[in-house]
Amino acid sequence: MTRRAITQYLLVGAVGIVALVAWQVAVRTLGVPGYILPAPTDIATAFGRGVERGIYPSNLAATLTAMLVGYVIGAGAGIVLGALVAEFKLVERLVYPYVVSLQSLPKIALAPLFVMWFGYGVMSKIVTVALICFFPLMVNTMTGILATERDRLDMVRSMTGTRMQLFWHVKLPSAAGHIFAGLQVAVVLSLIGALVGEFVGSDKGLGNLIQYSQASLDTAGMFAVLGILATIGMVATSLVRFAQRRVVFWEAAKRPPQGDAG
Amino acid sequence: MTQRVEAGLRLAALTVDYPTAAGPLRAVEGIDLAVRTGAFVAVLGPSGCGKSTLLRVLAGLLRPSAGTAEIDGEPVLGPRRDVGVVFQDPTLLPWKTVLENVCLPGRIMGLDRHAYVARAHELLQLVGLGAFAAYYPGQLSGGMRQRVGIARGLLHDPKVLLMDEPFGALDAMTREQMNLELLRVWQATKKTILFITHSIPEAVFLADHVIVLSPRPGRVIDILDNDLPRPRGFGMMATPQFGARTQRLRELFNVEGGLD
Repeated sequence: MTRRAITQYLLVGAVGIVALVAWQVAVRTLGVPGYILPAPTDIATAFGRGVERGIYPSNLAATLTAMLVGYVIGAGAGIVLGALVAEFKLVERLVYPYVVSLQSLPKIALAPLFVMWFGYGVMSKIVTVALICFFPLMVNTMTGILATERDRLDMVRSMTGTRMQLFWHVKLPSAAGHIFAGLQVAVVLSLIGALVGEFVGSDKGLGNLIQYSQASLDTAGMFAVLGILATIGMVATSLVRFAQRRVVFWEAAKRPPQGDAG
Repeated sequence: MTQRVEAGLRLAALTVDYPTAAGPLRAVEGIDLAVRTGAFVAVLGPSGCGKSTLLRVLAGLLRPSAGTAEIDGEPVLGPRRDVGVVFQDPTLLPWKTVLENVCLPGRIMGLDRHAYVARAHELLQLVGLGAFAAYYPGQLSGGMRQRVGIARGLLHDPKVLLMDEPFGALDAMTREQMNLELLRVWQATKKTILFITHSIPEAVFLADHVIVLSPRPGRVIDILDNDLPRPRGFGMMATPQFGARTQRLRELFNVEGGLD
């Protein structure tokens, strides 16, 4: 890490601390009731109480399972169908109109239906997450494959490359940048999908915990869960970005990585 | 098979039209051309005269609208294993290393892996990139990338090498250096080379025969037989014989409306 990067991190940390202190002081001096806006120390206490009671591990596991399994299934199906639509005119003509009309439907609206079909357990959340992750991957994979440079295709064609070879050696890697952009979008959506699924009807999960806190007017406890959610979102996004830099390294080289100096 | 089998490249009454929104656009018209095996032939013409169209037909990437293209007496119906192509932009795959890029024809054609990897290393030595096998294209200069493109074109030991303005994007000094290296590679491998260019000195420096095309639609307006002695070096560019040939080609283009 360069000195500039360290200074940068210290500054960001300082801003956070200043904001927390201001929050704390404002809540205390203005006498804001705890059920409207708890002070940071109240949230920390609520979090500690939650840890003591052991409410987090099983709920966290439920949400993460829904998120991860749904993400893998939805993104995987999206990549496969996106590739099929891009490669086969027939598939495009038969399937794509339905995909487009489904895409304008808010997928979240289907969550109650999935709870009716698949119950209050994790399955209905997995389906919601998978559906919500499917579209950005399908569209991006299709766009990426169709945007393959003609010169690259001609190059492999001139070597007597078959259609399969064109796909594996040129089209799919050419689309990798687009696919990862879709994976970035989908990872954020997967958390939303899992939560909404849990709001609609669940017996477990962080979304369930938020609703429980709401019912018992435990605003500090709710904020504690929101903190966990923010952390999940950040970690998941960074993981995808890390994978992207590793896998699509040739595109990262073209534009300087954002957010870190040097 | 035609009755008369002739070694080398042959284009007969070749015409290519491109479909456009405003109707067909004629790229080249009535091209007759024969290139004997082992010759270095340059195709010289202004931008947009259909030079690359000729190359795409011979590479089997484009069907002619009329006329025929033959390699060693066989009509070109699609890409062939005995042809190597070096593209204008070298079109290396950025996710493959230099070695993997050079090996690509071997993988695509399903050749013996052990043999083509060994040959790829030899070719990288030949083009002066022996130490760069593990690099990625993004880490190389334009001239180095184009040399990788040449090594890749030669990997499967094709009889014919088709080169589409391979040095057009390079700076003048690198370009001259590449010309010299190309002659060295050609003399070491004895391929038939069809070299597309719009540089008059480059054509005269490299080729045995310079085919001159008119502006679109491209027609052959002259063929310069260029018997300047080989091996050729930069010193040759200062000789009156070299000057006379470039001058003659320049005059052809002045009559026809100039290059570019």
